[in-house]
Amino acid sequence: MKRFADLIKTLDSTNKTTIKVEALTEYFRNAPPKDKVWTIAILSHRRPPRPVNTTLMREWASELAKIPLWLFEESYHIVGDLAETIALIIPASDNSTEKSLNQFLLEILELKPKSEEEKKEYLFDNWLNLNYYERFVFTKLITGSFRIGVSQKLMTRALSRATDIDEDILAYKLMGNWEPSKITFNKLILEENEEDFLSKPYPFYLAYAIEDEPKDLGDVSEWSAEHKWDGIRSQVIIRNDELFVWSRGEELVTDKYPEFEALLEAIPNGTVIDGEILPFPKGEIGTFRDLQTRIGRKNVTKKLLEKTPVILKAYDILECNGEDIRDMAFGKRREVLEKLYHEVKSEELPLHLSETIQFKNWDEAAMEREKSREVKSEGLMLKRLDSPYLVGRKKGDWWKWKVDPLTIDAVLTYAMRGHGRRSNLFTDYTFGLWDNEKEELVTFAKAYSGLTDKEFRQLDAWIKKNTLERFGPVRSVTPHHVFEIAFEGIAESKRHKSGVATRFPRILRWRSDKKIEEANTLEDLKALIP
Amino acid sequence: MKTPLLVFNDKGIYCEAADVYLDPWKPVDKAIISHGHADHSRWGHKKYITHHSNVPIIKHRLGDIIVSGVEWNESFTVNGVKFSMHPAGHIIGSSQIRVEHQGEVWVFTGDYKTEDDGVAVPYEPVKCDTFITECTFGLPAFKWTPQEKVFQDINNWWQQNKEDGRTSVLFGYSLGKAQRLLKHLDTSIGKIYTHGAIENMTEVLRDQMDFPSTIRITRETKKDEIKGNIVLAPGSAHGSTWIRKMVPYVTASASGWMTFRGARRRRAIDKGFVLSDHCDWQGLLTSIKETGCEKVICTHGYTDIFSRFLREQGYDARTEETQYEGETGQMEAEKEKDSE
Repeated sequence: MKRFADLIKTLDSTNKTTIKVEALTEYFRNAPPKDKVWTIAILSHRRPPRPVNTTLMREWASELAKIPLWLFEESYHIVGDLAETIALIIPASDNSTEKSLNQFLLEILELKPKSEEEKKEYLFDNWLNLNYYERFVFTKLITGSFRIGVSQKLMTRALSRATDIDEDILAYKLMGNWEPSKITFNKLILEENEEDFLSKPYPFYLAYAIEDEPKDLGDVSEWSAEHKWDGIRSQVIIRNDELFVWSRGEELVTDKYPEFEALLEAIPNGTVIDGEILPFPKGEIGTFRDLQTRIGRKNVTKKLLEKTPVILKAYDILECNGEDIRDMAFGKRREVLEKLYHEVKSEELPLHLSETIQFKNWDEAAMEREKSREVKSEGLMLKRLDSPYLVGRKKGDWWKWKVDPLTIDAVLTYAMRGHGRRSNLFTDYTFGLWDNEKEELVTFAKAYSGLTDKEFRQLDAWIKKNTLERFGPVRSVTPHHVFEIAFEGIAESKRHKSGVATRFPRILRWRSDKKIEEANTLEDLKALIP
Repeated sequence: MKTPLLVFNDKGIYCEAADVYLDPWKPVDKAIISHGHADHSRWGHKKYITHHSNVPIIKHRLGDIIVSGVEWNESFTVNGVKFSMHPAGHIIGSSQIRVEHQGEVWVFTGDYKTEDDGVAVPYEPVKCDTFITECTFGLPAFKWTPQEKVFQDINNWWQQNKEDGRTSVLFGYSLGKAQRLLKHLDTSIGKIYTHGAIENMTEVLRDQMDFPSTIRITRETKKDEIKGNIVLAPGSAHGSTWIRKMVPYVTASASGWMTFRGARRRRAIDKGFVLSDHCDWQGLLTSIKETGCEKVICTHGYTDIFSRFLREQGYDARTEETQYEGETGQMEAEKEKDSE
């Protein structure tokens, strides 16, 4: 644990990627194997289930610090991270622990079924006897994921340096389901074992957003285009008469979409298809909001299946006849995919092809992009015909060319303090639009991103001076600032006070040139609903 | 009801009986100034009264003004109201202002800290009925480490950077923090270079105190000579073209805000040292207790939270709106000043 806490401290003490990779590599060379497995698990967001609920942790921490609970809560709002707040508020200790990270995590795993008293005793004992960083790390292991500016990519790079195993192979080994408490470092990383790969998806290839004109991509004939569908990017794996459906977030979602059981019958073993799970109510593509009724629903009722069935819109094929064909050119892979599709397609089968489009020139492509909203896509995907299927987000061969977002001018009405690197700054905003009489501002969206650090600082200072009322971490502010809010989609909603739900709202521009009277009305917003 | 001895109006903290303002934020006839930071000593008053250590600082910042200096504990009377200045330990010259009239005593802290930093004359508790206090760090999350330990960390950091062939760039306010850092850097490790804003302010203060020698970075300064040494700079230098001369460098900031991991990451600074010229939570509570006061007025910082806690502890505590800004304010003020 000492070594892990030191690692976190080092990672925390630099903004330089090279130093982070160095520290991680050093750790992966020298830490005990079991600790390494846990570190990989933690940095790839596979933490153990939370053994104590956070309400209890807050109560206990304030008890131990001898401060009233409200004061703990206020401090938490300002610090912006529960583990950090606890580590700061509990009386300082210079003690340190000899226990390994593995021991701590096994204890945390065993904690879950224990009684409240036992849990409390365990936490008190550790909180009081660990130094600041160890205490922070210990609490973080219990409360949530580590966000310390180390992406999985960075971790894989360090692991690759420490083990001399290729990064892409490591990325593949780390995919999918594995239990850090049960697997050894040898088995997870070092050994080659075909059976383990049965359920594993390939790392997804992700595209960057196009920066300039697509004309700069060169000859249009070298490119294939298709619509960018708005669902859940997924891989459907059929191996050994078993079906596995993985979402891009590396979550195994097979059980959530029982429709795909039908693919098991139709598609031969040794096939992996990359596609988009889309809602398909009434025999046509629905909106993302339709899909939301399925996401997060473990119990899929028959009624729900009838109301909002899903399909897989196939983009690509990564494995065919048990062979990894990611190195094959995209154009060739599409031929393989289309051949398979035409062999198996039927009315009932929830498998559709994402049609590719060839353009004569880029203007034609631009016109197709304009149709995106009509066909319920987010824009176009441009893929180089001779490109292999790469690992992770890479520039060059694949680009997303989304439609321009919808926008509206709204007034800042409430602000809340942010978390993580925005702790203690008011960076989470609520925006309102005018009602019909232009008398009242009706809340329509929240947005957290889109301003520069400098703008956040300016706005934060202004908010602190122009607060009307405080509600815990939230403040209402004098209506004064107008912002242009961009969003991807819009639909009617009964859950929202405005009657409208927007998708991915974010700040596009601070309209300091506009007065609040010039902001848009709710009617203007509703006019955008297709 | 009689008028309170001190009231908060749109210009500052006002003593009607004496017709004097304490740290006013708008131009007034007569101002008693606690210390030299921009949010406490502002431009435009007809007459300034302050501790004599502050006189050169304020003149350096505000130019030709009418200012008179007084000694610690030396009382002076204005219209029958007795005033005196007492050490606040925040920066050189920083003073609490004691006001006594008809048997009633009020103390205004300006900014203060309880730890002896080896530069400012240490804080002395002053008995009073009403204590007007800052609470920049009035949350239990703030707990300072003794400065010996922090400076050990800072010097080790410098040493390590030097061994790695990197220049250490340490950010701190040009008035106060910079001199405190300067005083405690281990000059056996290397040389201390300074940004112009810090060099100018330090020059003003060298008459009052010995500081290690420093080298001003100018256009002529060679890149090679800086390497491995330490550079003191105001926060505004971060991300500027000026800093490119220090490549390869590592940055750090010394501030109470570095308590929060998020604050350091947000500013894209490599290392944060928790070192503040304000009281931490316990420092505030102890100071308030030692004054023996019944009433507390919180002026800036986490005023709502802190005064609520004080009320629960049995004090008659409230907050007043002021335009003092504590550590953030100084940082922003410096930014603006430097960019002018």
